[in-house]
Amino acid sequence: MTMVPSNDFWFDVGPLRAIPQRGARTVKTPRREIAVFRTASDEVFALENRCPHKGGPLSEGIVHGRKVACPLHNWIINLDDGEASGADKGCARSFPVKLENGRIYLNMSVAAAP
Amino acid sequence: MLDQPNAKKQKLVILGNGMAAGRVMDELFARAPDRYDVVVFGAEPRVNYDRIMLSPVLSGEKAYDDILIHTDEWYATNKVDLRRGELVVAIDRAAKTVTTQSGAVEAYDTLIIATGSKPILIPVPGAELPGVVTYRDLDDVNLMLDAAGKGGHAVVIGGGLLGLEAAAGLAMRGMTTTVVHLMPTLMERQLDPNAAYLLQKAIEARGIEVLTGANTAAILGDTCVESVRLDDGRTLPADLVVMAVGIRPNTALAKLADLNVKRGIVVDDHLRTSDDNIYAVGECVEHRGQCYGLVAPLYDMAKTLAATLAGESVDGYIGSTTSTKLKVTGVDLFSAGDFAEGDVKDEIVLRDPARGIYKRVVLRDDRIIGAVLYGDTADGSWYFDLLKKNVDIGTMRNALILGQAYQGGVALDPIAAVAALSDDAEICGCNGVCKGAITQAITAHGLTTLDDVRARTKASASCGQCTVKVESLLAATLGDNYSAAGRKPMCKCTDLTHSEVRGFILSKELKSVPAVMQELAWKTSCGCPSCRPALNYYLLCAWPGEYADDAQSRYINERVHANIQKDGTFSVVPRMWGGLTTPDELRAIADVADRFKIPTVKVTGGQRIDLLGVRKEDLPAVWAQLNSAGLVSGAAYAKGLRTVKTCVGSEWCRFGTQDSTGLGVKLERFMCGSWAPAKVKLGVSGCPRNCAESTVKDIGVICVESGYDIHIAGAAGLHVRQTDLLGHVDTEDEAIEYIAAFMQMYREEAGYLERVWKWVENAGLDKVRAAIMDDADNRCALLARFEKSQRAVRRDPWAERAAGREQHEFTPLATLNSIIAVPAE
Repeated sequence: MTMVPSNDFWFDVGPLRAIPQRGARTVKTPRREIAVFRTASDEVFALENRCPHKGGPLSEGIVHGRKVACPLHNWIINLDDGEASGADKGCARSFPVKLENGRIYLNMSVAAAP
Repeated sequence: MLDQPNAKKQKLVILGNGMAAGRVMDELFARAPDRYDVVVFGAEPRVNYDRIMLSPVLSGEKAYDDILIHTDEWYATNKVDLRRGELVVAIDRAAKTVTTQSGAVEAYDTLIIATGSKPILIPVPGAELPGVVTYRDLDDVNLMLDAAGKGGHAVVIGGGLLGLEAAAGLAMRGMTTTVVHLMPTLMERQLDPNAAYLLQKAIEARGIEVLTGANTAAILGDTCVESVRLDDGRTLPADLVVMAVGIRPNTALAKLADLNVKRGIVVDDHLRTSDDNIYAVGECVEHRGQCYGLVAPLYDMAKTLAATLAGESVDGYIGSTTSTKLKVTGVDLFSAGDFAEGDVKDEIVLRDPARGIYKRVVLRDDRIIGAVLYGDTADGSWYFDLLKKNVDIGTMRNALILGQAYQGGVALDPIAAVAALSDDAEICGCNGVCKGAITQAITAHGLTTLDDVRARTKASASCGQCTVKVESLLAATLGDNYSAAGRKPMCKCTDLTHSEVRGFILSKELKSVPAVMQELAWKTSCGCPSCRPALNYYLLCAWPGEYADDAQSRYINERVHANIQKDGTFSVVPRMWGGLTTPDELRAIADVADRFKIPTVKVTGGQRIDLLGVRKEDLPAVWAQLNSAGLVSGAAYAKGLRTVKTCVGSEWCRFGTQDSTGLGVKLERFMCGSWAPAKVKLGVSGCPRNCAESTVKDIGVICVESGYDIHIAGAAGLHVRQTDLLGHVDTEDEAIEYIAAFMQMYREEAGYLERVWKWVENAGLDKVRAAIMDDADNRCALLARFEKSQRAVRRDPWAERAAGREQHEFTPLATLNSIIAVPAE
């Protein structure tokens, strides 16, 4: 079987200031595109850049609080766990991300896994 | 090393005589008074004083003597050998000695580095001029006091805690003071934009000018500072410049001694550096990746270090949760922990605009993780305590935001609650209207609506926060005769309707999103996807050229000036004025389609060419190439003027009565770039055969022999509706004037996302007709406001972005081409 490395592999994807507050940018990986969000108070979250509804690019949505509104059909997705809120059901995959000394690190051992 | 009773006393040398060193000694002497011979080297020629009280010294509320921590007597009593004004320049770890600037050598058994931090100097030309000071120690304060004695202008660079305290002090000393802050809001690291808005108002109320989003380009002067130039060209007169942009751990000595230094001197949980005999404490250290610039963590560290040095076996230091208070008299501000942007579920917000109060507690899993209090900080320490102890607040959640004194209580039905109030209970705090005055007005004058009550009593006419209470009073007084139908709040963040919010933006001169949210008592800290774009538009419309557009409150199409499609690609529509194009333009469009492999080229319903399937990262290059052929953005994505559809008119058509194409071009050139509540499409038909289908447009013109019939309120979408005739004018110039005036009336009065036809139906055709056709003064005033607004927006958004503006929108944050190696089976 294929083994997932047991050590966390944190990859520096850039400085926090490169993402506008209440905004997002993407990280392209061979496996998938990941949207990295920055909230009004500088928290960061990472979700697969696909709305569970029709695959809309979540990175283009309006960020409010810890949520983002999908730009295609306005589903509201929670940034911390990727779950759709309200009556909608579905989940965008979320990835571990952390902030250290103003730089954003993505856990590639998870982000690169199938 | 064992501590034997008869052993020679250990020698403890401390580098630095600031608050960290002082607190270590206090804690150490309390535990083990005779364990060490202590030598302290202090760079400043004075004893230990309370650095965080420098601001009251600057403002004149305290004297130097008031802020002493340890007097000469204290050093003598505790037998501390204080070498004041002696700078240590080297540590010899092998020999276990330190060397001072004058060459003296002192041996140690244990060394503590407590060198604190240094103010950051921004590297601009002129930063070395006399009259430029930092704000760190008593010498700096004395320099500022000298300058203030001569009066004149002070410029404080930095709108953080220190900068604001310096500015307030200098203003109290009589200087004309300006704060220059790089970020859009003050104290952005501690405050959310709402609290920062209130803070800025309070600072400005002291006569201090606040410039945010302002970048210092140079400090000017021949022999001493004379002015400060910003990178937008503004020049501020300055007799004194204070740099208060932050601090940096002072690690020079530690680096020289080859200790492990990252941002600060790296220490473990017992404050030990990479050398077992050397400890470090205070602002110079980095502990678990964290550097601190506040006094509380340094006291926590001092306690751990002192216990360790006293030979006690202690739990290590695990880091500190910090809180901040601004020491400006009359400004109450408290901020603690992680006041992360929470959603409605995770935060509780209380706004009392009449008293200038804002409180926000952020929760996660029923535990407080952050608090910002402005205007009333009495409960700051209570929230901070709950935060530090990680207390489950589930049971007190209902009254949590009211503070410690309000625990318990039962939620009432709002109508029953208001009915239970006494007649002299105040309902509207802004205008001081009590319950009795309102109920009396309702019965005496037969009032039935909220607007009636507002007009008669002024209640709910200022900030609107008491709107729900007034409505409950109407319901309680009128019983079944009251119907709240037709009143639809803007969204769940407010009880006010769209038109009420627009009214307040003008009457209260609210000029930013945080200003609106605070003054109108928003129930969330940063709104939602339905109110934010609406507020952004209302502010843009109310204060053209003045309000700074908020890109993050715009829908993606307007943010990147292209239409998002179902697969996440975009479509690009160049403007073709009045539907006209040229062979060169068509060639340019064809070339772009080829070069960027654009899969679909389609003619739109509004006579433009749509390039569908453009990859987002290609957008700036696509625009640059279209721009170079003279094409500009067609705004096909905009809540604003999109197209003016035309027929060929009198120039070519057998039946054409007027130059409909020419008029279409003129209208489009005059009105393009205009943001509106919803999309706006125009049509100009050269004769009543109406080939441009003008009678299903938002605004349509039918040219006739005698002039121009102006039509409004057509629709051909989900809802199909034929236009109504607004009126007839004789000349082309009049047609443009009346249409622009109508557009402005729509821009100013319609709710966000309300199409023209819907707004006209709600407002009433007769009223609109009277305002445009019959009232010349009103029409001219509308036209003037439209023209003013157009001066602010007539730019091509494509050109700006092709030139590099908001580049972050179009490039990924990172592209990772290879993944980590996966071990074989």
